[in-house]
Amino acid sequence: MSERKYEMVIGLEVHIQQNTKSKMFCRCSTEYFGKEPNTHTCPTCLGLPGALPYPNQKAIDNIIALGLALDCSINQFSKFDRKSYMYPDLSKGFQTSQHELPFCFDGKLEIFDKKGLRKSIRINRAHQEEDTGKSVHKDDKTFLDFNKSGMPLIEIVTEPDINSTQEVSAFAKCLKKTVEYLGVSDANMEKGQMRFEVNMSLRPFGEEALPDYKVEVKNIGSISVLEKVVESEYTRQSQILDRNEVPVQETRGLVNMTGLTQSQRVKENSADYRYFPEPDIPVIITSDEKLKSIQESIPELPYQKLDRYTQLGLNLEISTTLVDDEIKFQAFDINSRDCDPKKLANLIVGKYTQVYSEFGLSKEFEVSELASLVSLQTEGKLNSDAVDIVVENLVRSGGKAEDIAQENNLIMSDNTDELKSIIEKVISENNKAVEDFKSGKNPNAVGFLIGQVMKEGKGRFDATKVRETITQSL
Amino acid sequence: MIDVKTLTIQEANQMLANNEITCVELTQACIDAIESNESEINAFVTTTFDLALEKASKIDQEIAEGHEVTGVYGIPYSLKDAYVTKGIKTTAGSKILENYVPAYDAAVYKKLDEAGAILLGKTNMDSFGHGSSTENSHFGVTCNPLDTSRVPGGSSGGSGAAVAYGGGLFSIGEDTGGSNRAPASFCGLVGVKPTYGLVSRYGSIAYASSYDTVGPITKTIQDATIVMDVIAGKDDYDATSIESDNDYEKFINKEDSKSKRYKIGVPEEFFQEGIDPEVKKVIEDAIEKYRELGHEIIDINLPYTKYAVAAYYVIGLSETSSNLNRLDGIRYGLDVETDNWEEKITQVRTEGFTPETKRRILIGTYTLSAGFADQYYNKAQKVRELLKDQFQNAFEQVDIILTPTMPVLPPVIGEHDDDPLKMWLMDAYTCSINPVGIPAISLPAGSIGDLSVGMQLIGPMESEKELFNLGMQFQS
Repeated sequence: MSERKYEMVIGLEVHIQQNTKSKMFCRCSTEYFGKEPNTHTCPTCLGLPGALPYPNQKAIDNIIALGLALDCSINQFSKFDRKSYMYPDLSKGFQTSQHELPFCFDGKLEIFDKKGLRKSIRINRAHQEEDTGKSVHKDDKTFLDFNKSGMPLIEIVTEPDINSTQEVSAFAKCLKKTVEYLGVSDANMEKGQMRFEVNMSLRPFGEEALPDYKVEVKNIGSISVLEKVVESEYTRQSQILDRNEVPVQETRGLVNMTGLTQSQRVKENSADYRYFPEPDIPVIITSDEKLKSIQESIPELPYQKLDRYTQLGLNLEISTTLVDDEIKFQAFDINSRDCDPKKLANLIVGKYTQVYSEFGLSKEFEVSELASLVSLQTEGKLNSDAVDIVVENLVRSGGKAEDIAQENNLIMSDNTDELKSIIEKVISENNKAVEDFKSGKNPNAVGFLIGQVMKEGKGRFDATKVRETITQSL
Repeated sequence: MIDVKTLTIQEANQMLANNEITCVELTQACIDAIESNESEINAFVTTTFDLALEKASKIDQEIAEGHEVTGVYGIPYSLKDAYVTKGIKTTAGSKILENYVPAYDAAVYKKLDEAGAILLGKTNMDSFGHGSSTENSHFGVTCNPLDTSRVPGGSSGGSGAAVAYGGGLFSIGEDTGGSNRAPASFCGLVGVKPTYGLVSRYGSIAYASSYDTVGPITKTIQDATIVMDVIAGKDDYDATSIESDNDYEKFINKEDSKSKRYKIGVPEEFFQEGIDPEVKKVIEDAIEKYRELGHEIIDINLPYTKYAVAAYYVIGLSETSSNLNRLDGIRYGLDVETDNWEEKITQVRTEGFTPETKRRILIGTYTLSAGFADQYYNKAQKVRELLKDQFQNAFEQVDIILTPTMPVLPPVIGEHDDDPLKMWLMDAYTCSINPVGIPAISLPAGSIGDLSVGMQLIGPMESEKELFNLGMQFQS
């Protein structure tokens, strides 16, 4: 990247759709993706007269878990508020959200990447709300689909602590990973389960104060587009600043997936949503016991895993590869105490990943066999080719690592008699090479003979020992 | 000949059980009453006579097969048109929902239907509950059966009038600031404003969500307990609903209850300016009767009463402005042809709401707006807390508070047309109860000529049994 004149100042708002079984305030199923429009609806999410909300406790437990994972303070006395505005796909004319007392506030997310970035981004708040319906524009008409209406949605708002495209990207990826680790969302971007809004401005490097303008870009549905938006906004805003002008404070929308934006609405002052407490839902009180039990349910988080792996001596590349993928880190975490962690990690990111990506994991496969396998390797009982053969067998059809090695005659042998008989066999079958070596015509002929012995012994004999023994025999 | 004008649920139960009348005859008698009164009174927006007779004949068959006659089983009744009924038009008294046919049933309707009550129709109301006289309905004013030149009270005026002339033995009204108690007072009936959450609001078209309560209008206290036993209790579709043991009728008929004496508080503030001297006299006589029965009468003060009306309206109108947002004409309700959704919403709401509803939406939008919410909405919430404290303090001194229900006799129709504020002040004695959440009932205290005067009994949270018991002692 070329030297830049300005530093980016970025805050993100991220919406994450939760993966609870039912919607936020009604009992409709959340499995609406790809289904007929308006088939996953009821009086409550359609906003019919007289219908009332009933809060989904599982969704509330989930956001509190996320808040704790983001090191947030938790409002144990919390409530919902109504955010009023009118739009055809907003069924009640208000969104049930949280204004004054969000479940989570004042936290931080530890971000990192393969290139060694490590930074703490402050989280302003994380609150619970519901999704709107969807407007589908077709043939000059607009159709409304309320299947998405009332889906549980977490909104996370960061402080303007993000200062580069690399950091934006790392933040999005680390947040995605965190919600996946917690199991609160599938965070599937193709299904719109994670969406971003960027608030961005630029300042000369070295300046501490926030710029006196900011530009908002809404509805960004993937991390790659997010990166492009930030880059294209950098270009646009820096050109304006280079002319000694100040970019207009406004909301911009995506033109297309290249990240180019266009002005949508100039923000003179913020919209008046007339927030007030949702009278249909009593205050939500989270007891100390409840909070403790949620805290205890939180697994090791991505950055904590990364730190543990690097402390075990794994390099950053391998550590992040493991952290990124549940199958990999599970295989590692189950076995890392029982064998050499570096060898284990190499096996997992190498042949193991290659085999399961191609063939899938057999039901018979016991992941703990990987430790046995690595131990056989460490003890010198298997060479690397043999390890590959065993791991492929394990993943595809299960069994014990040692049994597979035995059955396939892969265990390294120190049986001198066997070695001698193989050598005799090779010598008797390769008269020419033996003559060439003995006559001094070709001293390298011994290498050929060693190769033949190794081949005949399926690599189970130590190469040094083979060389010594064959030299004696000759 | 069945005189449905005076017949109580309790009496009808016995007659049905003893085979003195059939359910079809009882239902037909109510239908006859409706048909002969409606041109003059206009209590119903929609009637469901075919459905009613069909169900009545089914119930007769069940009774013949030995089904127990109890509670509301086989009892014809009406529902305020604020409760959604699947397949039956539900208007909330408005033009915007003039032809709206709901796709689901309100919880209270479902409970009554399952208990065997027979729906005769949906009653007229001030549009969205916005009024105390039933003059603000898209379907015309309802007249008071006791004096047809006067209003029946509101907003559940259709319910009150229907019960008063025998168009059903009870009605389910909805009380946000006195909407059950005012019609009860003006029509000579019992009106119940239960503890907030005691009866599920699911399917009740909201006026002000944190005030709205669901309760019966009946001829007697006994009847009110019979209905409450059916409709009270926790509902998994209303997060604000609460548990109830539903033995109201049993409680008031216990010997211990009949001999129970209470400390009755009489707040000075409810007998000062604004009260009609004749009304005052009736209430004082009722107090005297209670004293004679051996209850202890204690003078108390409720000093924040003067702020109650203002606080009530600020919060109530804030909530109603938000509750009515969903009426945009896009998914249901009044429709107009435009090619622009913003214009559609504007036109539908301009045409579909009454002037009173528009007034309330405008005020409520203002009181929630940035820059004004602190002066209005948030300040009113502080007053609400003071009102709660005030009643809590009073109930440390007394068991039950007794006041007039309405400060005046029912106004003549049109009397307040030019002065909406005066109409609002008519609610002063009832509307301070809803922000607090406590229960109150209105029962007839006496009469002045043809007109009835109601008294209001107010108790702490979930004290319905005691209120019914004290009311019952007056009626015995």
